[in-house]
Amino acid sequence: MLKECMKMAWSNIIHNKMRSFLTVLGVLIGVSSIIALITIVQGATGSITSQISSLGADKITIQAMGTRLKQGLSEKDLEQLSLVNNVSGVSPTVSGKTALVYKRNVKTDVSVQGKNNVYFNKELDSLARGRGVNVLDVNNKNQVAVLGSDLAKELFWGDEPIGQHLLVNGNTVTIVGVLKESSGSIMGSTNDIVIMPYTSAMKTLGVRNITNVDVYMSDANKSESIINDVTTILNSAFNYRENTFTVLNMQNIIDVIGNITGMLTLLLAGIASISLLVGGIGIMNMMLVSVTERTTEIGLRKALGAEPAQIQLQFLIESIFISLFGGLLGLIIGLLIAIVASILMKFSFTITAWTIILAVGFSAAVGIIFGLAPARKASRLNPIDALRHV
Amino acid sequence: MSEILNMQDIVKRYSLDAEELVVLNKINLKINEGEFVSILGPSGSGKSTLMNILGCLDVPTSGKYILANNDVEDLDERELARIRNKEIGFVFQSFQLLQRLNALENVELPMIYARVSPENRRKKAMAILERVGLAEKMNNYPNQLSGGQQQRVAIARSVVTEPTILLADEPTGALDQKTGQQIMQLFKDLNAEGRTIIMITHDTNIARYSKRIVNILDGHLSEGAATNAERVYENGMEQYHS
Repeated sequence: MLKECMKMAWSNIIHNKMRSFLTVLGVLIGVSSIIALITIVQGATGSITSQISSLGADKITIQAMGTRLKQGLSEKDLEQLSLVNNVSGVSPTVSGKTALVYKRNVKTDVSVQGKNNVYFNKELDSLARGRGVNVLDVNNKNQVAVLGSDLAKELFWGDEPIGQHLLVNGNTVTIVGVLKESSGSIMGSTNDIVIMPYTSAMKTLGVRNITNVDVYMSDANKSESIINDVTTILNSAFNYRENTFTVLNMQNIIDVIGNITGMLTLLLAGIASISLLVGGIGIMNMMLVSVTERTTEIGLRKALGAEPAQIQLQFLIESIFISLFGGLLGLIIGLLIAIVASILMKFSFTITAWTIILAVGFSAAVGIIFGLAPARKASRLNPIDALRHV
Repeated sequence: MSEILNMQDIVKRYSLDAEELVVLNKINLKINEGEFVSILGPSGSGKSTLMNILGCLDVPTSGKYILANNDVEDLDERELARIRNKEIGFVFQSFQLLQRLNALENVELPMIYARVSPENRRKKAMAILERVGLAEKMNNYPNQLSGGQQQRVAIARSVVTEPTILLADEPTGALDQKTGQQIMQLFKDLNAEGRTIIMITHDTNIARYSKRIVNILDGHLSEGAATNAERVYENGMEQYHS
């Protein structure tokens, strides 16, 4: 029975090619926009998340504004932080903007960051040439610097910068290394910054307090207990005053972004669903016309012994066929749009089983929901009236 | 001869606004297996309504209708559909073939609803089309067939499920005289093979092909006198058998 109904439905769809095509188009547009939007948002989320992860998912970032009496963290606090279980190292960051002078080149407003040896141990592959900041540099407040790749090009024009001297805010600084070109991330690029030992950077920039510290975890799964310990240390450092510091786990940021993009996905899918709704109305319209056109056929089938349920099934299958067809084509086209978008917007294209289930499920549901009323109408036709309708 | 159809005091009433219209007024009709009955009446006599009730397309307002041991008046739509499928074969004035199906598929249609397997369907449909003389036209679509051929397909479709009664509504109404006669001959032959046929018509000449004529006028039924034609027909039958 089901097979015959399918055959009948198919024959009717084929018979009204143009009408069926237009109706399929309605569903196709709805499904493809849902699929494209979801896939694009997911891909973009994936790339944002991986960028954030590349900044260090194994890292806890502390921002310590401190109290009026103690504005920032001391060396002793840093040492305590480095002793927390499962912490592999602590890297403070001090930053400021100042002028650089090399020979006759003057460059103002250059971002200078003070880091320590831990940073370069963790970010080993950030170095292109030379060396990073080491323990001795930090302890002795050595006037050394590592240059960002753009800055090195701009100041030295292809000359070897390592071993050369620069004036940073008037202090002579020896260049010991050059950073690799970084692709840049949402947190900014390191291509035009100068990195110095934080101890000497504080002196050079006139910064008196350490307010930013990265805590590297040896085991990212223990982040909760580490954050607890860190919080305890910071609380005691700042006398348990409120709003003196924030502790940020990259994973938290990723989670937050995940939540935001999740909501964004729902919102966009919701908007796209409106077009699917319109497609569904198209199906209903087509099926109602079809039922009216085929009143005599329905009457005849009933006279020959078709039960109401069988008539209903035949029309329902027809609308499901139309919408499934639209759904599958919409899936393909939606994915193609997403692939093109992923190439243009440079993020990785991912397709999940959910996407397919969603497309197929949604379109089948549309077929059933919007096909039910016309199918019921057909099944309830009075065979006498239907046969008279010539 | 066993009785296969029994109508007792069938009344069909329609309410049009305030006016009440009695279309069938206490119809009593018994039909035995193997009969060929014409229900003869002019338009407006109630014969179409009677045919609808006979064909279980409609239910009477009151009265008792027993068809092949089924009490029809208190069946729901689904059960009526089953009865139509199993007990009744319809032949319509305008053939009512589905244009999108070929002759074979049209004949298979009622068997789909009878849940006959595809192989059996095909076999039976082919055999019956051969019986009505359309073996060569099985794969033709209705628009590739003449009116007479289309009506033959429709007749094949009506008998393929081996129904208790074949119910024909002006079966020659859309055909020329000569083709009409051929169709009537086919009915006669089918009747001779034992099929019970009820034909609704307004045409006395056509009614003469049947063995028994029942007149309907203004919702009343009266048994017709044996016509001259009936005798001719009986003679014809003898010729047919000899």
